[in-house]
Amino acid sequence: MANLKQFLTGLTRGRADLRNVALLAAVILVALPLTLDIFRLNLVGKYLTFAFVAVGLVLCWGYGGILSLGQGIFFGLGGYCMAMFLKLEASDPVSTAIQSTPGIPDFMDWNQLKALPWFWEPFHSLPFTLLAVLVLPTLFAYLIGVTMFKRRVGGVYFAIITQAIALILTVLIVGQQGLIGGINGITDLKTLLGWDIRTNSARYILYYVNAALLLGAILLGRWMLSTKFGLLLVALRDKEERVRFSGYDVADLKIFVFCVAALFSAVGGAMFTLQVGFMSPSFVGIVPSIEMVIFTAVGGRLSLIGAVYGALLVNFGKSYFSESFADLWLYLMGALFIGVVLFLPNGLAGLFREPRQAWLQLRQQAQTWVTRLCPRCLPAGGKSEKGAV
Amino acid sequence: MSNETYTLFATLLMQGFAGLSLFSVLLLMALGLAIIFGQMGVINMAHGEFMTIGAYTTYLISTFAETHGFLGESFFLSLIAAFGVAFAAGYLLEIVLIRRLYKRPLYTLLATWGVSLVMQQVFRQAFGAREVSPALPEWLSGSYQPATGIDLPVSGLMLLVLMLVVTFGVWLLMYRSRWGIQVRATTQNRTIAGAVGINTKRVDRLTFALGCGLAGIAGAAFTTIASTGPTAGGLYIVDTFLVVVFGGAASLFGTIASAFSIAQAQSVLEFLMTGSMAKVLTLVTVVLILMMRPEGLFSLKVRK
Repeated sequence: MANLKQFLTGLTRGRADLRNVALLAAVILVALPLTLDIFRLNLVGKYLTFAFVAVGLVLCWGYGGILSLGQGIFFGLGGYCMAMFLKLEASDPVSTAIQSTPGIPDFMDWNQLKALPWFWEPFHSLPFTLLAVLVLPTLFAYLIGVTMFKRRVGGVYFAIITQAIALILTVLIVGQQGLIGGINGITDLKTLLGWDIRTNSARYILYYVNAALLLGAILLGRWMLSTKFGLLLVALRDKEERVRFSGYDVADLKIFVFCVAALFSAVGGAMFTLQVGFMSPSFVGIVPSIEMVIFTAVGGRLSLIGAVYGALLVNFGKSYFSESFADLWLYLMGALFIGVVLFLPNGLAGLFREPRQAWLQLRQQAQTWVTRLCPRCLPAGGKSEKGAV
Repeated sequence: MSNETYTLFATLLMQGFAGLSLFSVLLLMALGLAIIFGQMGVINMAHGEFMTIGAYTTYLISTFAETHGFLGESFFLSLIAAFGVAFAAGYLLEIVLIRRLYKRPLYTLLATWGVSLVMQQVFRQAFGAREVSPALPEWLSGSYQPATGIDLPVSGLMLLVLMLVVTFGVWLLMYRSRWGIQVRATTQNRTIAGAVGINTKRVDRLTFALGCGLAGIAGAAFTTIASTGPTAGGLYIVDTFLVVVFGGAASLFGTIASAFSIAQAQSVLEFLMTGSMAKVLTLVTVVLILMMRPEGLFSLKVRK
């Protein structure tokens, strides 16, 4: 708790915000584990791994103004690093004795590989794997950041290029069936250093580790935003030229925040693999990457805590609707994208932070819509028009 | 010429022709986006779905034509109808959504992604989740053999001709017509364009709709070489964006050159390795070049 205090000393709106962090902690550490069975809690744990990405995007997109449509890349890299370690542990020579080459992962055997590819070798070691989870995605983000931001490429172009990289990575993984598991991904993960990750107790432990890491990431993010760096970040989002003329290296600031976002995503990815027990290209590509942006937008792109609620809500909605009304889900998701952009640019957090202002804005916008669509029915009020796109 | 060299020559020729067909497809897809993204700065992630609209329009018309016995002529009708339907849908989308977001380009990206999800679900419920292929008229399904061992599909030739016609049309419209001047004036300086009497909002609506209409034509043309499913459009959206960005936004010539080089690179590489690796290698090269030269091949104005 001493650390917590330290983190918060520099904050401007400390009190109210601290209460919100405590509330979030209470929800994910106490309320959800008490009310949900382990199957559902495991699902929540999965959603919370996406929240890592959303928290990273709040820093990078909300405060830094850099929209990355490729966060799935880093989520995937982190997840794949973890999955490679677990897969190697699951494919020891004894349990893979029926394969034509025992001791290598099953999908390699199916693809007539005779030996473990070189880049799999270091993943026998857990310390290396953990290091790789943290370093590899961050390094990749650094390379992307250096090449793009040093040349002052930003905005739309950055978004498109990160999206293209996500596409490339997916095509690559899908194409390399034998080396990395192809479209099915890396499945059948069993133990971590002999500890079975599929049991209920392991799931509880992993859930708590994940939740603690997430809260840590949020606190770290809050601390970063409370420093001078946080101020510079906002400044460069709003008036990049002025920050540059004041003598700061804008590119370095951008690279740094992009790397932090990548690092958070990678941790999320690794925790995803541990909790869900597999990793596949469907969490790397364009669609998951852009969905992660919508989690952030729904929660509020300026709220680290909101991002977590956004990830939880959208994913709950997704699993609820795709179980009950599969046909409706895409309409709802589409409406969510459009509605958030048009009516709630600061997401749910905007509603909570300035409820009155948000409500007035919403009402005014709804009224203009009503006047435009049907001028005569204005007195009826505009509340029902929200989803009329 | 010995027999072997002749076979090699024929194979290379056919491979080159496959590259040309891919070029035609990419360019047809990219032209609409080059107008919407390059000229207006709107990131329309639903562009692929406008292609799908064109493809389904073609499907409907060819099914109707098949039962009424005018399949042979129906393809030209389909092209026009695909343009019309996609144009109308784009016009509507601009009025309802896009014009609210001109000042926030990154948000157009999210909102139009939402639009694309909705459209995909509409397609799925209207036409089913399975892929459909419209009946091709006989003259389109054959192949043309200028010499023995050389086999060129007529649909590929048709794509080539269509691409030439459409590109020429876009060029005329953008660079040789009064309307084109208005579009470019609006892009360059909206305020002054308005001050000299251009109705910039009308120009926006028509430009966006035109881009969508071109996507419709691309979709119609696409039915001759691939089947159409509800999510077909989404598969090509990133490639299409890359073509436009690689060529340099706001440059018609750049778009043509970039579609040509990407298509040729990919089809040559496909000859040497698996399809997915060819695609990876092509995309990596494009992304690397874009990182070195962010303004694209032929443009100066990009820095944010």
